[in-house]
Amino acid sequence: MSEVRAEMVANVWKVVAAEGDTVGDGDTLVILESMKMEIPVLAEDAGTLTRLAVAEGDIVQEGDLIAVIE
Amino acid sequence: MLESVLVANRGEIARRVIASARRLGVRSVAVYSEADAELPYVREADSAVLIGPAQPASSYLNGAAVLAAARQTGARAIHPGYGFLAENPAFAASVIAAGLTWIGPAPSAMEQMGDKINARNLMEAAGVPVSAGTRQPVADVAAALAAADDIGYPVMIKASAGGGGIGMSAAADPAQLAAGFETARSRAERFFGSPAILLERFVPRARHVEVQILGLADGQVIALGERDCSVQRRHQKVAEETPSPGVGPQLRTRMLAAAVRAGETVGYLGAGTVEFLLDVEAGDFMFLEMNTRLQVEHPVTELVTGIDLVEQQFLIAAGEDVSFAADQVTPAGHALELRIYAEDSKRFLPSPGTISEWVQPTGPGVRVDAGYAAGNTVTPFYDPLLAKLCVHGADRAQALDRARTAVAAFRISGLKTNLEFHADLLASAEFSGGNYDTSLVGRLRP
Repeated sequence: MSEVRAEMVANVWKVVAAEGDTVGDGDTLVILESMKMEIPVLAEDAGTLTRLAVAEGDIVQEGDLIAVIE
Repeated sequence: MLESVLVANRGEIARRVIASARRLGVRSVAVYSEADAELPYVREADSAVLIGPAQPASSYLNGAAVLAAARQTGARAIHPGYGFLAENPAFAASVIAAGLTWIGPAPSAMEQMGDKINARNLMEAAGVPVSAGTRQPVADVAAALAAADDIGYPVMIKASAGGGGIGMSAAADPAQLAAGFETARSRAERFFGSPAILLERFVPRARHVEVQILGLADGQVIALGERDCSVQRRHQKVAEETPSPGVGPQLRTRMLAAAVRAGETVGYLGAGTVEFLLDVEAGDFMFLEMNTRLQVEHPVTELVTGIDLVEQQFLIAAGEDVSFAADQVTPAGHALELRIYAEDSKRFLPSPGTISEWVQPTGPGVRVDAGYAAGNTVTPFYDPLLAKLCVHGADRAQALDRARTAVAAFRISGLKTNLEFHADLLASAEFSGGNYDTSLVGRLRP
């Protein structure tokens, strides 16, 4: 199992993947936006996206859970 | 002189404009979002009006809210700063229609320069050099591929309504062009509300050099020297200097004359910046775009000329003469600006947070234009600029020395900053030597 967490305070601009998706290492899950920059959040493992903890428009804090891949 | 001014901006530039207003006895009004209530510029203005929630679209980009704040406070003029509404001709027109003074050029000049394709065509017709590129919006990938065959690879892909490097990329071959074109289109649509794309010849070894112009109340356009803005990450400026180490006297004369011609072509009034790309190998320069507003890096020009550009903006907007003799400006010494961003020094990723410690450098030739102070929170809603560390020296060597000392003395805690990057930049042989180009940052941070 791998947990993907936010690296910084950001706004969730786009949710690209959905729970249940099969994802590959390096696939874009979510695109964050902070300080006028888009920051793609990537899968760090291949597997099934069992949990997506954010929705578009959410504000995430540094360290917040974004997704779980199993 | 103006009686009062509302500053339709935030952070360091709002503070900068308010400082000149105070010095000149002009009543200042700040506007702020819910995220910015604690920032220094809000307290330093004579009065301040909350205009909306943190999201820029609901606050600093909300022209109606800004105009309502002007009515409420009786402010007679609007200074837009840079970014947000500064280059929005519809907003400028609404300010004028409300009977207020717009501190900027005529909306028609903003419109002519706001679209990069239109600006390029206009400049070409006026005899200002432009690079090889498309003369109308590129409709789709097929049209882009055809245009690139004419221009020759590599090409630069840009949003016609764009700015700030957003959506810009270079393509070395048709595959990269096809991918980059789609990205550029979606970003252009999202950030600038227009999907129009242009292609230009990509210059591998280039410097980014711009000229400060002033359109005076009597219609004359003058140039106040150049700024070198070649230190960039993600096509965004990180450090600037004047004079440019890559521009000799003859080239300078030609560039300044071309910038004046650009301003005259659109009947430009007030402070503006004409940006050029300098092809280092060919020794040629080409018009890139014109920014119809005060530029972020205007302090370096102020340091070498001794002219307060915001004061000149006020005077020109009031229909008055500028405060200096237009034909007797002689820049003295060398000035640098280092943009202190809330971002890490390695990958340049944003780092919002709360500032627990803020100690600014002081000393001869040191000027800090800061938007924040200790205790402030830097939020993810706006750009990462915390402060501009500017230094002036008798020559480039002294300016570099002063910059190194000042960077080492600047202490900001509580979030990540790019101060360490600036220390590395100032220590690098390439920057110190002056013979650098726009790919410098990529070499320092491979």
